[in-house]
Amino acid sequence: MNPILDIKNISKSYGEHQALNNVSLQVPEGSVFGLLGPNGAGKTSLLRIVNQIILPDTGEVLFDNQPLKKLHIQDIGYMPEERGLYKSMKVGEQAVYLAQLKGMEKSVAIEKLKFWFKKLGIAEWWDKKIQELSKGMAQKVQFIVTVVHEPKLLIFDEPFSGFDPINAQVIRDEILELSNKGATIIFSTHRMESVEELCEYIALINKSRCILQGKLIDIKRNFRTNTFRLGLLTDNPSHAKEIIEQSYTTTITDFKSIDEELKLEIQLGEGNTNELLSFVSQLGRITHFEEVIPSASDIFIQTVKNN
Amino acid sequence: MNHLLLVTKREYINRVRNKAFVIMTFLSPLLMIGMAALVGFLSYKNSDTERHINILDESNLFKSELVSTERYKYTFLTDVDLSEAKTLTEESDLYGLLYIPKSENLEDLSRKVEFYSEGTPSLSVIEQIERVIENKINLLKIQEEGLDADYLASLQIDVNVRLESFKGQESSKLASTLKLAFGGLAGYLLFMFIIIYGNMIMRSVIEEKSSRIIEVIVSSVSPMKLLLGKVFGTALAGITQFAIWVILLVVLGGVASSVFGVESTPMQSEMSIEQASQFADVIQIGIAEIQQLPLLNLFVMFLFFFIGGYLLYASLYAAIGAAVDNDADSQQFMMPILMPLMISVYVGFFTVIEEPHGVISKIFSYIPFTSPVVMLMRIPFGVPIWAQLLSVFILFGTFILVLWFAAKIYRVGILVYGKKPSYKDLLKWMKY
Repeated sequence: MNPILDIKNISKSYGEHQALNNVSLQVPEGSVFGLLGPNGAGKTSLLRIVNQIILPDTGEVLFDNQPLKKLHIQDIGYMPEERGLYKSMKVGEQAVYLAQLKGMEKSVAIEKLKFWFKKLGIAEWWDKKIQELSKGMAQKVQFIVTVVHEPKLLIFDEPFSGFDPINAQVIRDEILELSNKGATIIFSTHRMESVEELCEYIALINKSRCILQGKLIDIKRNFRTNTFRLGLLTDNPSHAKEIIEQSYTTTITDFKSIDEELKLEIQLGEGNTNELLSFVSQLGRITHFEEVIPSASDIFIQTVKNN
Repeated sequence: MNHLLLVTKREYINRVRNKAFVIMTFLSPLLMIGMAALVGFLSYKNSDTERHINILDESNLFKSELVSTERYKYTFLTDVDLSEAKTLTEESDLYGLLYIPKSENLEDLSRKVEFYSEGTPSLSVIEQIERVIENKINLLKIQEEGLDADYLASLQIDVNVRLESFKGQESSKLASTLKLAFGGLAGYLLFMFIIIYGNMIMRSVIEEKSSRIIEVIVSSVSPMKLLLGKVFGTALAGITQFAIWVILLVVLGGVASSVFGVESTPMQSEMSIEQASQFADVIQIGIAEIQQLPLLNLFVMFLFFFIGGYLLYASLYAAIGAAVDNDADSQQFMMPILMPLMISVYVGFFTVIEEPHGVISKIFSYIPFTSPVVMLMRIPFGVPIWAQLLSVFILFGTFILVLWFAAKIYRVGILVYGKKPSYKDLLKWMKY
């Protein structure tokens, strides 16, 4: 797929500290892309370079196959992790100002903003000042000013931090709707589980390097270990466990269930599931059986270990 | 719309609409006029009180000289001695007692006049009395010597040394004072402008940092444009405020003087006709001198130095605002800004007054951080155009250099939180 963002060999240092070390990644057009990694890994530096807030020491960024230029600002919407609004300015007024800075005509900006304000149920806040708004309200405004100029690329740095669950859901739905309409979305977060289910592609950043990237499903396939989670209801759990362990490697695990059953993770190795199932079904009643799919953070931890 | 224009506009509108700004704009002239009116009123009231003074004139020479006026009521005591007169005056709670003893000769008399009062009497009262007595004694002395007083007066000659430069430009002591006033006013105005509005810029930068909107903004606008927009917008707001102040001061001043003008006539009427004509002469000479000042030159250079000086310091203030998280942390960086400003005012008001073309004055009128104030104060005394242009050139060159450094600090500083930076950090930021 054609990458909307092609980051090539970017390095950036602040004095002694190297924030990014030869990072390359491609964000496919129209995808939902997760930029994952712990705090201080270099995610925000990378996003700042994409937004032309800072310049890379070496390397190049292509946007839509062109070297990144000032005019691309209009095609990008960025909600930084450190976000806020002018405290003393009226909400509507500053939304119009920010939209104008993104290259919108004033009249168009007002029209589009009114639409969004109505959509998110904050139309009556247009003439209020930010300091009169609750935090959730302010964050809705923040979201609107990020997306109002209908950019091709939307970047959200820690998008759900500080949102209450209801508003987080509202924003999540809006983002997915924009994605369905064709926008490319980048989520950047250190809380990997929070966006994993949304992302089609991911890149893992650790200690200023990009250690893994690609389609999430492919990555998960690569990291699958042919391990299955089993719940078995039996009269003699320890006996059943012993029997299973004669043929397979197992570990005790835990998951939510109604009964007090034997809970195991079984590494199948070369074997196949049908054999396993018929084998264990003789030992008791199977309540659970599923493949263990590694989570992004599992993959992350494993990749870091292997490096 | 152009980004720079948008930022400037927002900065301007936001500033002008700010409540504190509006209140300051309209309240300060009222306060100034109010204070002036109050002081004027109080001193008028003070001089208005009637002062009742008893006089024991044993010489019998001054009965016709010390005549009661609106403000001084003189009562001549007769048939009492000094101690009786003192008790009498003290008991009737009057302002004081003037005692003029009988004396053989006039010199002796002049040394023996005494004034008794409750506390220390007002200087103006004593001066008034001294003048009257002095005049009378002088006249008597002249008559004693058998001279014609009118003839003597006609011999009196005033000397007024005329000053002229080698190029034939005439000037006077008055002109020097005027030049100082013009230069001083211009320099002081710039000094105030830089301090007031430089601080405003710094706060505006700190506000964007502390409200965390800065990263949203710089993802749309380059930091350089944001910085310049702030500097321009605040300057425009400052000019608006100054303009309103001037208009209000003129209008209110007019109103105030028309109200108090009527009441202040008694004071003017006390001015003798001679003094009045002298006063008119001074005004006429003054106007002529003002016309002789290089006004056009002064005006044009005022604009250049004002703009250049403001821009130079404003970019420094913006850089400091970007480097810190709050007002308190900014204090450590204020010193290097305020020092050259203070020095320029000191040099301006002490050295330039003494020696407008001395070495120190010359040096400081080229150093960009002091030149706006110092050169502005020197220009009325005549500075060659090339020297002025050189100074302006250095000023604007330095501005561009400083702007470049400030923008570097700004770029990095606005994205750094929670750290109180040192000078070392600032140096490091410039290299990023």
